[in-house]
Order: sequence, then C-alpha cells, then structure tokens
Amino acid sequence: MSGHSNYEPKNGFEKWLDERLPIIRLGYDSLVDFPTPKNLNYWYTFGGILAVCLGIQIVTGIILAMHYVAHVDMAFASVEHIMRDVNYGWLVRYMHSNGASMFFLAVYVHMFRGLYYGSYKAPREVLWLLGCVIYMLMIITAFMGYVLPWGQMSFHGAVVITNLIGAIPVIGPAITTWLWGGFAVDDPTLNRFFSLHYLMPFMIAGVVGLHIWALHVPGNNNPTGVNVKSKEDTVPFHPYYTVKDGFAISVFLLMYAAFVFFNPNALGDAVNYVPANPLVTPAHIVPEWYLLPFYAILRAVPDKLMGVIFMGGAIAMLFLLPWLDTSKVRSMRYRPTAKLYFFIFVIVTLILGYCGGQLPDNKIIPGLTTFQVAASDLNSVVWLSRLATAYYFAYFLVILPVLGLTESPLPQPESISEPVLSHSANAPIGAAASPEKRG
Amino acid sequence: MFSPQLKGSFKVASTVVGATPEHHTGGEDPNRRDFIHIAATVAAVGAAGGLAWPFIDQMNPAADTLALASVEFDLSKVETGQQVVIKWRGKPLFIRHRSGKEIASAIKDNHADLRDPQTDEERHKAGKAEWLILIGTCTHLGCVPTFGGGDYGGWFCPCHGSHYDTSGRIRKGPAPKNLAVPEYTFLSDSKVKVG
Repeated sequence: MSGHSNYEPKNGFEKWLDERLPIIRLGYDSLVDFPTPKNLNYWYTFGGILAVCLGIQIVTGIILAMHYVAHVDMAFASVEHIMRDVNYGWLVRYMHSNGASMFFLAVYVHMFRGLYYGSYKAPREVLWLLGCVIYMLMIITAFMGYVLPWGQMSFHGAVVITNLIGAIPVIGPAITTWLWGGFAVDDPTLNRFFSLHYLMPFMIAGVVGLHIWALHVPGNNNPTGVNVKSKEDTVPFHPYYTVKDGFAISVFLLMYAAFVFFNPNALGDAVNYVPANPLVTPAHIVPEWYLLPFYAILRAVPDKLMGVIFMGGAIAMLFLLPWLDTSKVRSMRYRPTAKLYFFIFVIVTLILGYCGGQLPDNKIIPGLTTFQVAASDLNSVVWLSRLATAYYFAYFLVILPVLGLTESPLPQPESISEPVLSHSANAPIGAAASPEKRG
Repeated sequence: MFSPQLKGSFKVASTVVGATPEHHTGGEDPNRRDFIHIAATVAAVGAAGGLAWPFIDQMNPAADTLALASVEFDLSKVETGQQVVIKWRGKPLFIRHRSGKEIASAIKDNHADLRDPQTDEERHKAGKAEWLILIGTCTHLGCVPTFGGGDYGGWFCPCHGSHYDTSGRIRKGPAPKNLAVPEYTFLSDSKVKVG
C-alpha cells in the first residue's frame, strides 16, 4: 500500500486489469512481497488468527440469522430450533458462540503482545488506536449477540448493562429509555440489538482494513523493537509468514474445534438455557468470561456513577497508552524493570477476571476472618478487586510514565539481524525457544 | 500510485477549474459563486440535521408501547404480609400488603441515617399505609430484589447486595435511591390503577 511496488503483470489480462484496477498489485504488495521483519515470533501470528476468527463469526452469523427470530416470544425457541431441528444448526451455533470466546482469547493475546513489545509507540499510534476501536466494537457486538438467545442471563445482563447508562446525570435515564425503545428491556430492544449485531461485524471488518493499512505504512514492529535498517532485516511475507501464520492458525483451530465438539458449553453460563423471565433475577448475574475484568472494576467502586466511569476509564487507558508510556525503548526485552511490572499487570488482569466471576462478599481464603479493618473485610472479593483495580490504573498512569524516565534499559542491538546472527549475550532468556531464531 | 496518463488527465481537469478567474481574489467581497457555495452547504447541513432527529427518535418508545402504559389491579387478592408481583411497562411491580409491625418499623426509621431521605408517609397514599406499591427494579442496575430479605426485612437485591427496608428505602449496599413509587390512584378501596 505504500512504497515501491515490485509487481509485474504476468499476462495480458493482468496487464489490462492493472491499468484499470490495480487490485492484483495491491494484493501482491501487501500479502506476497511485503517486506516483514525476519524475527517475528509466534506471538505475531495472532493478527492472522483474528482475521480468521472474524471471518468465521461473519459466515456462521449469517447462517444463524437465516433461522433465528428476533421476537421475545420466539427468540429462545428459535435458538432451540436451530440446535435441534436445523441441519447442522448445532454445529453452526456452537461455532458461533465458542467463536466469540476464541475471538476474545486471540485479541487479548494480540493486545498483550502489543503491550510487551511496545507496538503502540511512534510511528504506530494510529495503528494502535484503530486496534482499540476494533476492541470496543467487539465488546459491543459480543454484548448484543449474547442478548439474542433471550435466556435469563441474556435478559438480565442486558438490564444491568443498559442501566449503567442511566448512571449518567440528567440525560442518563432518557438515553436508557431511548436504547430500550420502551420502559424496560423488551421486544424493541431485542429487535434493534439483532439489527446492530448484524451490522457491527462489517464495521469491524472496515476498521480492520484501516488497521492493516496503518500497519503497512510503517511496517511491522518486531520482538527487538528496533527499526528495520536494511533489506537484510526482512523477508517477504509470502512464503515465510503465510506458512508461519498458517501453522499457528491450524493449531488455534484445533483448540477451537476441541471446544466446539467436546465441550461446547464450557465457556457459557448454564442459566442462559432458562428462558428470559423479567420478574425473576438469577441469583448471580455474570457476563461472559472475556468481560469479567471490567465487571470486577465496576463492582469494586461503591458508587454507581463512579463505577461506570472507572469501567470506561479502564478502556480509555488503552487509547491514551501511546502518550502515557514515556520510554523511547519499544521492546520490554530491553526494559527489565518494566518487564516485571508488565507481568504483574498480566496477572492482575487475570485476578480481575477471577473477581468478576465471584460474588462480591465471597472470601478469598475460606474460613479466614481475621482481616477485618474498620468494618471492612479485606479477605473478600470486593477488596481484592479494589487492589487489582488500583494496580490496573497505576500501571498506565504512574508506572509507565515514571519508569520511562527513571529506568536504565539494557543496550539494544544495532539491527534486527545482529542478535539473530551472533546469538550475543544480550539475547533474552527464552529466545532459544523461538524456533525462527535458528535459521 | 497513478499512471502517467491519469496524472495528465488530472492536470487537464485542474486547468478547466482554474479557467474561472477571480475566484480566490480577496475575501471581503463575496461574489455570487461564494453565495451559492454557502447556500448549498447550509441547505445540505440543514437537510441532514432535519433527518437526523427522525432517525434518532425512531428508537424512542413507539405509540403502542406508550398506549400500554397503565394497568388496573384488584387488591383483594393480596393477604396481609404478602406481596404480589405484576408486570407493568415490562418491569415488575411490587404490590405489598404491609402488616402493622412492618409499617411501625418503617415509621420508626423515618429519621434514621437514610441515603435518599423520605418519610414513610411520602411513599404511600394518605390513609393507605398498608398498601405499598413500588417499581420492583433495584435502583443500582435494575435487578429484581427478593421479598422479605436483607437486614431491614424489606427487600434484598441478590445482584450486588442492596438492602431495602419495609418502606422500600435504600439502607445498605450500592444502590443510590429508594425503590421508585410509580404514579397510581385508588379507583375504590380494593382497586388500584397504576400509570
């Protein structure tokens, strides 16, 4: 998409088409000949995996829409109809529901990869921001998709999440009524969620196009974080990364298939197989696993509006990240202190995920009652959530800005090729585990 | 990116546009062309703005949703100490027949430390202290509180642990407000119209 093109039309037709619509040239330049750093490890295959996930969700979603009925009286039954009566309906629906989980699993790996290797830093800020937009669209799409089967968790999840908007002072309740199209989550809500759930994957696909465009202007970051200096540092995308991505996609699909065929409901909530009943709330409302950390942050704050602000702020941190991290060194391979805080951050997000799935008053260590400080029980999920929330925000607002100014990073290699060819003492631990290093 | 032929044709096009003289000469004397540009832009923005509202407002409650907004209920079905839940505007509606003890405990707490201070008299119709009619959604995030639970014997919300007293006032937990009192009137001693 940028820079010099090496494409040469092979025959008369290609030459004719190239002068009218250079689409083969575009494909050749961005998927075949594109110069890619030669040291990308398997963490860099998740972009390709995510593209496959989006494709699967769109194809299975279009099929499901052929059999689904977006009406409060029929939605639940139509999903059961898909599961029991439609030919291979069970397969398509399980691919779609587990596909959402796989999509988020892959996007989290992809995001942590970007955080670790500093892929958000100049000149890739716009690339990172577009990724954040995709992630937000994914959250909204997944939330609305989860409402469609109209089970108990669908319904009450929708009630809780739409009520969050009501926390906004003055205009909140009017916006909530507008979103509902009534005085509660009801048929109009279900219908519009279905319409938007169908639309948004195509919006995601559009932003993915921009994301890849923004990737192909500066080119890939790489595990050293050092800029590409010469042609020696790169290999053409095809066959080197088509094959590497292809292998990673195959392994990922194996895991995905294991869920679909052997434990399709492992990641879902059994309560959603109870038809929605507006008069009875399930004892324990939880979102799907991939939104649990945000749910934990919401509940960690005792005030309703502040809880919503913190939850939104958790995502806003990602948008601000390129300007919060003050370090000039991209890759955490050369930032030993930052690396330590990064791994704590990963663990903290997992802790938040755990907390989001628990009742707030649950004990962390069963039977222990001695952690009572001024009427608060520190041995409770809500207090663990608070500590984890504090670290989550501190990582972005304190640790990364301060660390970039105070730490002393390790020396970076002159070029991508240097550590690969010399296996210098500076090569980080774990480098040997990356098979691409051997060549 | 563009082939030389294309570049050439762009040049030709720009000469054609450039052929209208004195277009960019001096801003102080708006000529007819500027007027047309401004008028066309204003018309287009106006049209888009005019359409924006119908496109937004279509999501607000439709006329038939609004028409279903009131419901009548026969109170003789509810025994003292019981609660009946009916559906009103898609939400649960609590109709609670309070016992003397429950009313007394609600009045006793009128001047307790309340988050959303209200006396018990403000929460029922005059002379009808035994009938408490409330919208049954927790003011935190809209779950349905369970009858008789919690530290104050009113309701307890299982989602995030809000406690309401026998007047439906928030006493403990994350909810910011008391359970809402809907608009309602007594049609007779045993009949009530909500909405």
